[in-house]
Amino acid sequence: MFFDQLINSLTLGSTYALIALGYTMVYGILQLINFAHGEIYMTGAFIGLIMVSYFHLPFYIAFIIAMAGSAALGVCVEKIAYKPLRESPRLTLLISAIGMSIFLQNSALIIAGPAARPFSKNIDYSSFTIGSIHISMLQITIIAVSILMMLGLHFLIMRTKIGKAMRATSYDQSAAKLMGIDIDNVISATFALGSALGAAAGVLIGLYFNSVDPMMGAMPGLKGFIAAVVGGIGNIPGAVLGGLLLGGAEVFGTIYLSSYKDAIAFTLLIVILLLKPSGLMGSTVREKV
Amino acid sequence: MSGYYSQIIIITGINILLAMGLNLITGYTGQLSLGHATFMGIGAYTSSLLTKAGLPFYISLLAGVLIASLFGLAIGMPTLRLRGDYLAIATLGFGEIVRTFLNNLSITGGPNGIRAIPLKTDLTTVIILTAVCFYLLYRLQSSRLGKVMRAIGQDEIASEATGVNSSYYKIMAFVIGAGLAGMAGGLYAHYFRYINPANFTFNKSIEILCMVVLGGLGNPFGPVVGGVIISILPEALRNISPVVSQYRMVLYGVILIVMMIIRPQGILGGNGLFINANRKGNFKIFRSVKGAVKNADS
Amino acid sequence: MRILKGSKLTMKFGGLKAVNSVDFHLDNGEILSLIGPNGAGKTTLFNLLTGIYTPTEGNIYMDEKDITGSKPYSIASMGITRTFQNIRLFSDMSVEDNIMMGLHSRIGAPFLGSIIPTPSSIKANRFAKERLDWVLNYLGLYSLRKEKAKNLPYGLQRRLEIGRAIAPEPEVLLLDEPAAGMNPQETNELMGLIHDLRNKGITILLIEHDMKLVMGISDRVMVLNYGEKIADGKPEEVKQNPEVIKAYLG
Ligand SMILES: Nc1ncnc2c1ncn2[C@@H]1O[C@H](COP(=O)(O)OP(=O)(O)OP(=O)(O)O)[C@@H](O)[C@H]1O
Ligand SMILES: [Mg+2]
Repeated sequence: MFFDQLINSLTLGSTYALIALGYTMVYGILQLINFAHGEIYMTGAFIGLIMVSYFHLPFYIAFIIAMAGSAALGVCVEKIAYKPLRESPRLTLLISAIGMSIFLQNSALIIAGPAARPFSKNIDYSSFTIGSIHISMLQITIIAVSILMMLGLHFLIMRTKIGKAMRATSYDQSAAKLMGIDIDNVISATFALGSALGAAAGVLIGLYFNSVDPMMGAMPGLKGFIAAVVGGIGNIPGAVLGGLLLGGAEVFGTIYLSSYKDAIAFTLLIVILLLKPSGLMGSTVREKV
Repeated sequence: MSGYYSQIIIITGINILLAMGLNLITGYTGQLSLGHATFMGIGAYTSSLLTKAGLPFYISLLAGVLIASLFGLAIGMPTLRLRGDYLAIATLGFGEIVRTFLNNLSITGGPNGIRAIPLKTDLTTVIILTAVCFYLLYRLQSSRLGKVMRAIGQDEIASEATGVNSSYYKIMAFVIGAGLAGMAGGLYAHYFRYINPANFTFNKSIEILCMVVLGGLGNPFGPVVGGVIISILPEALRNISPVVSQYRMVLYGVILIVMMIIRPQGILGGNGLFINANRKGNFKIFRSVKGAVKNADS
Repeated sequence: MRILKGSKLTMKFGGLKAVNSVDFHLDNGEILSLIGPNGAGKTTLFNLLTGIYTPTEGNIYMDEKDITGSKPYSIASMGITRTFQNIRLFSDMSVEDNIMMGLHSRIGAPFLGSIIPTPSSIKANRFAKERLDWVLNYLGLYSLRKEKAKNLPYGLQRRLEIGRAIAPEPEVLLLDEPAAGMNPQETNELMGLIHDLRNKGITILLIEHDMKLVMGISDRVMVLNYGEKIADGKPEEVKQNPEVIKAYLG
């Protein structure tokens, strides 16, 4: 029983981690909470659904198309709603981000209607038992794909040229600019990557619960953000840790407080913000005066 | 006046009260709160439960204001340590937590909410309360206290360096803003006579934010202009499409983005319309309307 | 008499010691200049003294009272005010409102008095008005009093920031590079102003890169380099100090 819940925590937590990575990457570069990230996750799930259900594409191809489509959307969102405001006060940028989130969510409601749709009829629900632990193929897929994505991201950030540019930009934007780094490119790449990871999480969750709807991004979006903050926003390993912790807190918390599930995450957020505002793995940054 | 128009005016008044409070919190002290509808909900639930328990309307309305203010204090105090964007999320989280409780507690009627609330709100009450609150808040905003709040919003470090205990004033803004929202909630509940948690969601908070942004953050008249536009808008939209509510939200999203990019100071301008003020004596109670308008934003 | 004192002040940012075990004192009525190369920790020391940062180690005393860890606003109320290296005016507010803000530590902004006139608020307003007019006239800003701060030319913005800081009649005034971006004539006027403020009884701590200004005006000069104090003494002595010469040339 305990181990079953642990597997459930890992499954949920790794998708939170994928979402959290998108928040953390954008925050690291722009110091902006990309409120629309939850909607990008939702769009990813819808693209996956359309590819599988209407175009009957194999799952892994649908998955890749969903990631690519969301990456493009993420880049557009940045160009339309954030780029014109780069020099503006942060409050302005934040309000624009909220506007974008509301806009995307309700546009989806108008286009797709509020009803939830099943992801696919032929999902493999087989599961097996090791000792007393039940694991489904789906859970293994989700956990494995998430780990793969995170390793890929790690490699990309640590080893590739664009990754280095991203790290430099997040460390000191004006210095990076002086070094000849094209900040616009770095920001686009960040949004593309973060959105692709969000879309991956969207498709995986769509599969897991076999349900996709326009509002599905709202809560996981917030929770991904909470995971990022818990781990220390701007910190990539922190996002993973935060996601897993939040997943665990929710799964185990729900056993005792089933109807207060959503409150658990927010309580965790407020507690972390009050006790250690920089998050578990973040470092304190003081505003230069 | 026909019921239709009186309903629109009542809704407008309630919305103006909501927007005025948020304007003080966000437009003046610069704290982005995404949980303003929650304070409204707290006022609505508190006052409805009390009137249904037999208390006179004005007493329960006042209690709703006080309890909402208390929540404002409770959320304002701990979140002071948070930077702008974290505060936004924390207030949003606060809203979700309260909503979860409203949905699960038996005293609040769960998702069914509270029905058969006595009809107590009428046109006159709303107009008088809105006007009085506007006047008092206007005085406050154009006094030195209002300037202190505005200074905190512009540059908290500089205002602390001039001796301003910014935490104190930021909490004060939260308490006043939440109280006004509580009053709006009480009026709302005793007009529509039925409330449930779905009336006070994140979407409502966004609607309030839209009013303030549209009218002009930090302009004392902004909430009036924004409140009127946003209250009349759905009536205009109703003639275009039956699925008003989603189109309305889409429009709010567009308004927020476009305003931020094109005119972040709102229609009236954070200061714009009311520059060149020539104020004399902060504390003369009665002043001509013209003087008031001229002095509004000095 | 010591008016302000810091002992073994240290401020760490991550691994960087921006201020490293610095002993510091300011005597009543003097003009002390703080100099040092870029990044030496001068502004950080200001931020420690005004409570914007709490020192990682060490203590700060005002009139022998330990004020370490006090909030910026309470330090301002104790009579220590400052200007900032990157001007921090309330840019959307008028010149007179900026100066009014400077008076906050003297008159506050009570809730009740803001809505209705109370005896104390009337008295406070009268006092504020007097101070305001005095500062406006003293700095030659009277005709610009309705102008928004952000519309003033740079030199006048610096002047206004000084006005905001001296409005509450502080005991100690901290000026962070007040001459930066000023032309020679403005710098000369500034020197006169600083002298005059000292003669009015305000103790002054000045960060400045303009050596002519520093050497001409200071009673004492203190030099920071890489967060450490390397010299402290009369201007002529400091000028000859080999370590100082090395820090500035090397
Ligand atoms: N909030 C902060 N976080 C991290 N590092 C900081 C912070 N404030 C200052 N520093 C660092 O501390 C060192 C000292 O900075 P400080 O601003 O005190 O120098 P300064 O002597 O005022 O230089 P300048 O003449 O350029 O104004 C610098 O290396 C700076 O980058
Ligand atoms: Mg400096």
